[in-house]
Amino acid sequence: MTQFIDIAALDDIPRQGARVVKTPAGCIAIFRTGDDQIFALDDRCPHKGGPLSEGIVHGAQVTCPLHAWVFDLNTGLAQGADEGEVRTYAVRLEAGRVLLDAGFLARRSAA
Amino acid sequence: MKQKLVVIGAGMASGRMLEHLFEAGGNFDVTLFNAEPRGNYNRLMLSPVLSGEKTYEQIVTHDADWYEAHSVDCRFGEPVVKIDRENRIVYSNAGGAPYDALVIATGSAPFIIPVPGKDLPGVCTYRDLEDTNAMIAASAPGTKAVVIGGGLLGLEAAAGMAARGAEVTVIHLMGHLMERQLDPAAGYLLQKDLEQRGIKVHCKGATKAILGEGRVEAVLLEDGTVYPADLVCMAVGIRPEVRLATDAHLEVGRGITVDDQMRTSDPSIFALGECVEHNGQLFGLVAPLYDQAKVLAATLLEQEAAFQPVQTATKLKVTGVDLFSAGDFADALGREDIVFRDPGRGIYKRLVLEGNQLMGAVMYGDTADGSWFFDLIKQRKDVSDLRDTLIFGPAFSGGASANPLAAVAALPPEAEICGCNGVCKGKIVTAIEAGATTLDAVRSTTKASASCGTCTGLVEQVMALTLGDGFSANANPPMCKCTDHTHEDVRRLIKSLGLKSIPAVMQELGWRTVGGCASCRPALNYYLIADWPTEYRDDRQSRFVNERNHGNIQKDGTYSVVPRMWGGVTTPAELRAIADAADRYAVPMVKVTGGQRIDLLGVKKEDLPAIWADLNAAGMVSGHAYAKGLRTVKTCVGSEFCRFGTQDSTGLGIKLEKLLWGSWTPAKVKLGVSGCPRNCAEATCKDIGVVCVDSGYEISVAGAAGMDVRETEFLCKVTTEAEVMEVIAAFTQLYRENARYLHRIYKWVAKVSLDWCRAQVEDPVTRRALYDRFMLSQSVYQTDPWAELAAKPADWAPVADLTLRAAE
Ligand SMILES: Cc1cc2nc3c(=O)[nH]c(=O)nc-3n(C[C@H](O)[C@H](O)[C@H](O)COP(=O)(O)OP(=O)(O)OC[C@H]3O[C@@H](n4cnc5c(N)ncnc54)[C@H](O)[C@@H]3O)c2cc1C
Ligand code: SF4
Ligand code: FES
Repeated sequence: MTQFIDIAALDDIPRQGARVVKTPAGCIAIFRTGDDQIFALDDRCPHKGGPLSEGIVHGAQVTCPLHAWVFDLNTGLAQGADEGEVRTYAVRLEAGRVLLDAGFLARRSAA
Repeated sequence: MKQKLVVIGAGMASGRMLEHLFEAGGNFDVTLFNAEPRGNYNRLMLSPVLSGEKTYEQIVTHDADWYEAHSVDCRFGEPVVKIDRENRIVYSNAGGAPYDALVIATGSAPFIIPVPGKDLPGVCTYRDLEDTNAMIAASAPGTKAVVIGGGLLGLEAAAGMAARGAEVTVIHLMGHLMERQLDPAAGYLLQKDLEQRGIKVHCKGATKAILGEGRVEAVLLEDGTVYPADLVCMAVGIRPEVRLATDAHLEVGRGITVDDQMRTSDPSIFALGECVEHNGQLFGLVAPLYDQAKVLAATLLEQEAAFQPVQTATKLKVTGVDLFSAGDFADALGREDIVFRDPGRGIYKRLVLEGNQLMGAVMYGDTADGSWFFDLIKQRKDVSDLRDTLIFGPAFSGGASANPLAAVAALPPEAEICGCNGVCKGKIVTAIEAGATTLDAVRSTTKASASCGTCTGLVEQVMALTLGDGFSANANPPMCKCTDHTHEDVRRLIKSLGLKSIPAVMQELGWRTVGGCASCRPALNYYLIADWPTEYRDDRQSRFVNERNHGNIQKDGTYSVVPRMWGGVTTPAELRAIADAADRYAVPMVKVTGGQRIDLLGVKKEDLPAIWADLNAAGMVSGHAYAKGLRTVKTCVGSEFCRFGTQDSTGLGIKLEKLLWGSWTPAKVKLGVSGCPRNCAEATCKDIGVVCVDSGYEISVAGAAGMDVRETEFLCKVTTEAEVMEVIAAFTQLYRENARYLHRIYKWVAKVSLDWCRAQVEDPVTRRALYDRFMLSQSVYQTDPWAELAAKPADWAPVADLTLRAAE
């Protein structure tokens, strides 16, 4: 089930930066690229749990602040020699507002 | 009986619609209202009128004869004030006109930013002939004009006035010009072109007020800058002119809502142009409006037609500026960039591919292939076969590829290559041509790279260019995968080319990626801070987490907080404040550091602003324990208390820390000051150490006590505290200006040699100049980041909390 909910204004998120959304299943990082694309990924690096929201955003990638693994924001896949994957979530930009698919919450409470 | 058609607005869209209608033999009695006291003209061409390349007469699209030939009842200079839908009559102040069908084509109105002074005489917008004439009248040589807004319209206004001799400044809110159509690299090239025509560009500038008594005199920005102005043109955007439709209770969103046939919520009222909203979309360029005109003419003729928005491409109508942007070039799922830069010719091209399709293109400097790319985008052609050479356009015949030597090839002969000895490129080329074909020969004939050696890579590139295949450079590893240049080359070129922004560096040095990577961005940000302290502005998003958040991130994502403790000296009041903060924020560990201060470990990110504010309130500032910058000055008690002390080492340490704190450096810098050779402050394993003796102060540098352990080496001996301060500030500045990012002092000194460093700081003139540059930088950067950031606690908390929602 897709259920988009309004979580923030685009301008609450710095360009080439991120902010986090707290959820019962842990934090989700909402990234904004240099050209205003929005992505949502779990804020936990599969390596040793680094907060990806604090990494440097370059193009549509983020470099983990702890040990510099690089992830593609589109797919959540680790780049280069590293192997790992971060869960991604659907996000939408509408009239300057960021909408996050919170369907996962419903699934969770249904479970 | 003929149908009565009333049209409100004689603009680009309605003019085209009437043409289609009459060409198809439509049988209508047309009444055409226009607020402007004239008929249809080509609004796009106001820019050539402004610049003096065309006259108004040349851009009229429909003249009196045309209206007469089609029996159009022209009501020009008569704005419509009301639509009476019940009786189907529109009213101007001069009377009414009944309709069977009504077309609203009122275009849009310029947006006026609500700042004080916006209504002063001398403030105009850029929409119609009146605005254009006002700007023409005000742009005699020597007058000053300010344009607010660096988008398409603002820049055409600026270029037009500049062409007439006015001194023009453009103030733009965003980080680069035309940010909706261009990416930062193309925006940088555009800015450079405009600056070459004498137009001043101020990006990231927010207008606070327009100043003047009875007339505009100046524009004041939020950052305090004031630009004198005889005329101010506001070109910050447009919004659909929907007032009539709203008053008439038609359905209006951001624009007047229309369906695919251009019909509004009232079946006998139609709308087209910039005043409409179709499927949630607004329009600001003419191409889609012309399609609307075709559709609406068909609808009125009771033919089938449906409007479908097309992709649009942008060009800027400023003679000599060559830019093109089309399609969608945002990063998205599965997209890839192809980038080509030719720094020598000022060319930047970027294509965005998704799978086998071209999605978008941005080009600057050479847009000859623009329409070919635009076609590929619109037709969604499969480009997989062309992919490798796509960026070179349809005429590609093989051979061309990005040249790693391009940046150096593009340097003018007078560009300085060797900073130590002031040797320019021309001189090196001359020497090589005269027979100096080895690095040593170039060194001995020109002295280039003969001192600190940092510019060796560049000298080798000049040799490779001059000697061709006959020379192979001693390749050093490049800075990162985005470029072929080494750190040293980049630093040197930033200075000799005067590059003052990250996009400028990436363009002029031919970066292969669009926006760099996590390795080059922090380095570039540092180099620009160090080289242009007053002009460049720190880019927070190009910093590693610790410097961005002003705390050391711990493995669990919490941070450490370390207030500065000058020279390791504290007071009971400070200790109490630290203890209180530790209690209040439940700090899991309080630890004394090796640098003689107190570390509060395990603070949650959202608590940072509050704990900083508390420590600030007790008079403490950030200790920069996380920074590539000055960390600590460790001291011993010295002559104040110790029976062996020769000088006041504690006092000197405090003075040094107060001098140096807040400065950014290539890597962390730690100092120690000991009061006698017993060296209780362990000064001789620091980056910079001072050991006091009876006759003065021995300064030594390049120690280390980390992965490498090294004793400092003697730099010089001085006799007064004032000299210690000057030497150390000068040495730090030398390091700031020359070392590569992340190299500690000992690594850098090993490269450039201690003798060279000593020669710089021992020469009184060089030393003073270094000191002055250090102090200039400190005048900008010696501020407490905590105080600044603590003011915005909301930025540190999650943007949303869905934990409660789930509980519902
Ligand atoms: C200087 C300049 C340069 C431009 N350059 C380009 C370009 O290079 N490429 C591009 O694609 N687009 C360009 N544009 C945009 C383009 O001109 C517009 O998209 C286009 O003119 C919109 O057409 P329109 O018919 O909707 O509105 P308009 O052409 O603005 O016509 C609307 C008319 O309605 C009249 N009106 C408004 N309210 C009333 C009322 N109540 N009663 C009677 N009349 C009324 C107005 O006076 C106006 O004459 C440029 C615009 C400007 C100002
Ligand atoms: S270094 Fe010398 S002056 Fe300083 S505390 Fe030790 S013995 Fe005393
Ligand atoms: S935790 Fe992300 S790279 Fe190690």
